Formats: sequence, structure tokens, C-alpha cells
Amino acid sequence: MMKQLWAWVDERTGAGRVVDALLFQNLPGGSRWRYSWGAVVLYTFLLQAVTGFFLWTAYSPSTQTAWESIHYVQHEMTGGWLLRGLHHFGAQAFVVVLVLHLLQMVIYGVYRAPREVNFWLVLLLLPLAIAMSATGWLLPYDQHGFWASRVPIGIMGVTPVLGPWLQKIAMGGSTIGHHTLTHFLALHAGLLPLCLAVLLGAHYYLTRRHGFADAPKDCACPDEKYFPAQFLKDAVACLVVLVVLLGFVLVPHWQNPAAAPGVHLGAPADPSEQYSAARPEWFMLFLFQFLKYFPGGTEVWGAIVIPTFIGAVVALMPFVAKWRHGHRFNVLFLISLLVAATVLGRQAVLQDRSDETYLTAKADATRAADRIRDLTLERGIPPSGAAALLRDDPYTQGPKLFAKNCASCHRYDGHDGTGQKPLTTHAVREGETWESIAEFRFMKLADLRAMNQPKAGQPLKAGDKIIAHVRPWAPDLKDFASRTWLAGLMDPARVSGPDYFGGTKFKDGKMAKWVKKNCVLEKADDLKKVIAALSAEARLKSQAGVEKAEADLIKQGRALITGDFACTDCHSFGKKDPDATAPDLTGYGSRAWLIRFIGNPAHADFYGKRNDRMPAFADKKILDAKQIGLLADWLRGDWYVPPGRNGVK
Amino acid sequence: MGAAALAAPAAIGARVFLDPLTRLKAPESFVKVTTLDTLPEDGTPVQFPVLADRRDAWTKFTQVPVGAVFLQRQEQDKLLALSVVCPHAGCFVDYVQEQQGFLCPCHNSLFLKDGGLKDKDSPSPRPLDSLEVQVRNKNEVWVRFQDFQLGIAEKKPVA
Repeated sequence: MMKQLWAWVDERTGAGRVVDALLFQNLPGGSRWRYSWGAVVLYTFLLQAVTGFFLWTAYSPSTQTAWESIHYVQHEMTGGWLLRGLHHFGAQAFVVVLVLHLLQMVIYGVYRAPREVNFWLVLLLLPLAIAMSATGWLLPYDQHGFWASRVPIGIMGVTPVLGPWLQKIAMGGSTIGHHTLTHFLALHAGLLPLCLAVLLGAHYYLTRRHGFADAPKDCACPDEKYFPAQFLKDAVACLVVLVVLLGFVLVPHWQNPAAAPGVHLGAPADPSEQYSAARPEWFMLFLFQFLKYFPGGTEVWGAIVIPTFIGAVVALMPFVAKWRHGHRFNVLFLISLLVAATVLGRQAVLQDRSDETYLTAKADATRAADRIRDLTLERGIPPSGAAALLRDDPYTQGPKLFAKNCASCHRYDGHDGTGQKPLTTHAVREGETWESIAEFRFMKLADLRAMNQPKAGQPLKAGDKIIAHVRPWAPDLKDFASRTWLAGLMDPARVSGPDYFGGTKFKDGKMAKWVKKNCVLEKADDLKKVIAALSAEARLKSQAGVEKAEADLIKQGRALITGDFACTDCHSFGKKDPDATAPDLTGYGSRAWLIRFIGNPAHADFYGKRNDRMPAFADKKILDAKQIGLLADWLRGDWYVPPGRNGVK
Repeated sequence: MGAAALAAPAAIGARVFLDPLTRLKAPESFVKVTTLDTLPEDGTPVQFPVLADRRDAWTKFTQVPVGAVFLQRQEQDKLLALSVVCPHAGCFVDYVQEQQGFLCPCHNSLFLKDGGLKDKDSPSPRPLDSLEVQVRNKNEVWVRFQDFQLGIAEKKPVA
């Protein structure tokens, strides 16, 4: 029955002859493992086509949906992380197996007549594979893809004559936007794979036409048919590729089952949030490094002319091989190219490893990526896209706003909110010494000296320039209005120190004097109550539990504020006192209080005319209401924390 | 005949595809970036995001970040606005206090505080691009935010 059916098909299509030619082709000298390279290239391409097709079914190319759809694939759809992981590593494998295929063709001399065209086909596949990788980078539209893609798009612009036009066509406009994504997708999933398929088809056809290689001369190996000997070798080789790729995706997951599985997806692209760790895919790092050596205006040489020239030399190899030592030259040339690329790539990695900016950017990016995952889980993604979630998140924006607007005077746990210590270049004035500068800036002398190697050994003269921390002119705001913070404020040893009024004009003011006089050991119990009561005004999330449990204590504290401790001699508390000369303690540290305070600290309810240097952020329109709200929320530790975690670090 | 039959749809398609080339960009106008009070007296450059309305193909975005700019005081009321985009390959530069200048994190181009090239072997073909800046109503800082073509010695706005 089957036989009859087969005969019917064969008679009408000639399929039998094709199968004969493919499966039962004679291999002079028998099967070889190295004949499997072609099959491996073909297999990797098919793997990419299949995984790519399924990713495509879930992908939506636009600036508000690209990241979002990939995020959904990665974190929500069953097996999505595995699919994306395979495609991710498959893309790299494709380039690797192509290079190795090319290398073995040269080493074994399989580029000689009549196989020149076949060799060129493989050579042409390489830039196409790189173009596939470059277009694929941008599609998830995360910070990494966005910033890494800007560079090749920029380099496209230096192409002689056509540059700016090419660039505009590639981007579909003047900046990266919707049409960049639609264009890249059309290239990545349409035109480029079609070209690759045609080239691969032609390569396959020519391989079969010429045979895998000439019969080895000094080997008495018997001929074999393609099937089963070579067929099995091919199948095993392809399987090895699959196993390796699966290993890349699965092994990290097994090693760390708690982390989100699969390939990292960065935070959504944001054109105003630079990502200083954008790097090309590892196999292009050599070119990235190479470009560092080309001074301004000559990069067209590094990016276009030299690579094209090298490509041309490789393309001419079949002819060079005819010369006496031509073949040896070819092998040597190709191997030295690979060695040079490895050295350059390694150099790039080593430089990054010791580069502070790069490492900080990497750490920030990981933080943002983790954060956006939490936020999408809690809030879901709005139609305007996921980037807005990060822009509205106090945990993400607070440190940046603080660093930019507050850290010239305030500190947050000793730093500027983002973990850096604000630095300045100080021009030394007459009479200043290392000691006086360190003291003024509340620094340890050893730290100051360490920052200024090798100058540190010599005495300072007027006009010298040294690096130093910016002096904190105002209190450290970590845990502002919390019990711990207030306990420090009402500690005679600390109130005039750098964490509180030390840098301000209130250093020896009424409050500092009052603290030094009244906050003594004998009153410690009552002081505790006052602090609890005052801190309760802030309604901090972190103290909600304690405050509920200690309602009585707080009540007693409130009585002490107006009573024994006489805070209301200067401050308002509960009711407005028109004669108050110090900040209102009603709702002290609460969201509303903080927003009003930041808005205008010189308001009569706060410092009034006594205000030190703090600007009125709202009244002078330095920050808008949303930014002040984010800052207040961040200072109060009020941001979304995923259940099961007691703090975000 | 056959060729013409194929060429017609291809030409129509290509015309649509090349639409971006003939689409003129609306000229950039000044946008408000910040206020004078936010700029350090000592002249340290500070980076600000630039918010503007932007049209991206079919979407109109209102007040979204379109880029960023470094602002610094040169004299009391004289301001310098520098684009944060490295003219080499388009990465955003960082201000490095210790070096009193800007460093590009991609290919290590170095710029002076006023945007000038620190050394002539720097990969960047030109200094950082300065932007037009105005102070309005005594305190508001307005910048005309523009993109410039990358990789060339000449400072030429992207059309």
C-alpha cells in the first residue's frame, strides 16, 4: 500500500530521484565529521527560524508595546523564557558555527576550484548573520538594546555620501521610534532570513553538486553512501548544538532557581535615561574596541574601510591558494584575524571590568530591571507603556532627584542618595592645611589624603587644587522623622554634628542649646515618649506596627510636648500658634508636611525668615508637584514593596 | 512587460518605504528645562532631561523625555548648554568631577568642561555640541534642543 502510494507520488513529481540524490549520494573516501559543518549551519538557521517565528507570534513592534510584549513572553507565557533563551543563544551560535565553517573550509582547502562560489556564499552569510543579530538587539526595546543600537545606527551615518540617508531609512525617521522597530522587524523576520535562506540553499545545492570534498589521496578509506553514515554524523552534530544551547538556558536556572529564569530583559528603553554600559554582542566586542583607536573623523576607516578590505582579502583566498605558499598564507591570515579579534575583545572586557562608570551603570540597570518586574506585577502595564511605571516610582526616582536637587547640602546615609559621595575640586586658600580642610568638610584626614595621591604628602599652598567631599551644609535625611533620626537630633553629642545642624547656621542655635541643656540622662524616659509622639506625626510606614502597639506611650509624649518639655514655646503643635518661631510640629514629617516644607521652607509655618539656604522648590518652580511628591515618598520610605520582602535593596 | 508589471508594485512600495526621507522635521522650538536656582554657583555642569511634545509616526506624545542636556554657569548669568550626546557614536557622556570634564562611556572620548576636545586623538570628531540657551522671566532656563549628525567634524543638525 505504502509502496504504491510512493510510486504514485514519484511518478508525478520525480521525488524519488531527488531523495536518491540527497540520501544515497556517493561520498568518495567515506563520511567525515567535518562534513557536518554545513548541516550544523543549516540546522542553527532552522532553529532560529522556528523559535523566531513563535516569538514573532507574540511580538508587537511599537515603542509602547515592544518591551511590554517581550516582557509578557518572558514572564507570563508558559515556556516563553525557554523560547526566548533558545533564540538568544541560537543567534550567537549561528555566528560561531558560520565562522568555524569558514575556518574549516580554508584549513582543509575546500575553497579551491570548483568550490570558489560555494566559499563566497559562506563568506556572504557572515555579514547577514551579523545584521540579523544587530537588528534583533533592538527588538525587545529594553535599555540595553536601545543604547547598544544607537552606536551601529550612528556608524551607519558615517558611510561616505549615503550615510545620513541610510540612517534615516533604517530608523524610519530622525530618531529611534515606532518605525525603527517596524523596519528592524521587517528586516529581522522578513528580508534578512529570506536572503539567508537563499544563500544557504545555494550553498547546500553546490555542496551536493561538487561533493563535500575531494577524495583523500593517501587514505584507503572505502567510499560510503550519505545515508546512513554521514546522515548519522550530521544528526549527532545538530543534536550537540541543541544540547549546548539548552544548557546555556537551563544551567543558570538550575544553579539559581530563585531568580527569574531565562535571558535577562532590561528595563524598558528610556531615551532620557542613559545607560552607560551599552555594549555590542560579545562577538562584536573586537570591533567596538577597535573603534577606540581611531581618532575623530577617521572612524570610517575602522568601521567600514578596513573590515571591507579584510573581507575582500578573504574573498580572494581561492585565487591566492594557487600560489606556492598561498594556502599557508590563507590559513595563517585567517587564524591571525581570529587571534587579533580575540585579543581586542578581551581587551574590551578587561577595560570594562575596572571601569567604575560601567560597573555602576550595570548595577543600576540590574536594579531597574528587577524593580520594573515588581511594579508590573503590582500595577500591571498601562497603555502608555511600562517606562511610565519607573518614572512614577519613588524608589527609582527618589535617589536621582535627591542627588540632583538636595545632595549639594543634604546627605542620605552619608551619600547623595545614589550611593556616591558628592565631590568637588577645592582651590586652596591662604592658611588652609590638610587638617583644616578635612575638619571643615567633616572628613577623616586619611580619607582626604587618600583622595589626593600623590599630592597628599606635601604641605598645601594657596592656589593648589585638591579633590574633597562637598561639605554637608544640612542634615542627613536617611530615615527623616523616624524615632532613630529624632533620637539623634535630641542627642547633645550629635545635634551640632554633621548629621544634624553641624553644617547649618543653627549649629549653635536655640534648638541645639535646648537639646544640650535638656536632653540629659535623668529625663531619658520622658524624652523617649516625646520622640515617639513626635515621630508618630509622620505616620511612617516602617513604624506603623510599633505605633499601634504603643498608643499610650505616644499619648503621654504628646502631653509632654506641650507640657514639661515646653516644645510649644517655640513650635506650634496641634493648634496654630501665631508667635511660633520654629517649624510647625503638627504632622511633622508626614507626606503633606514634607511636601509643603520642600515647597517653601521659608514659609511662616516653618523657618520663616530664619530659613538657612534651602530654596523654595515649589514656589521657585525648581521642581514640579509630581517630583516633590516622589521625593517626599522616597524620604519617608513609602514605595511599593513586593509582599514577602521587608525592604528593597 | 513582465519587468514593468513587477516594477510598478515595487516602486509604489519603495515610495512608501522612503517616506521618512521626504518627511520634513518640524523645526525645534525652545523648551523650558529648569530654573536658574538649580544650577550650582561653582559652575559644575548638571544634567537635565528635556521634556517636549514629540510625534513618533502615529503617536503624539505630550511632555515626554526627548533627550538630555548639561547646563552650567559660566559667569553669573551666562549659561552654557551642551548636548549630552557624544558626537562620535551617540552614547551619552558623563561628567567626571575628578577630571573636570566629560567622558564618553563607550569609546572613551574625553571633553573639557566647556565641551572642547581634550586631546586630538579622541575618537570624537568634534567638541560636544552646544545648544542655544535663553533665560526667560529672570529665572527660567529655556533650551533649543536639537540632534546633530554623528561622526563628522562639522556640526550639522539632523534634518
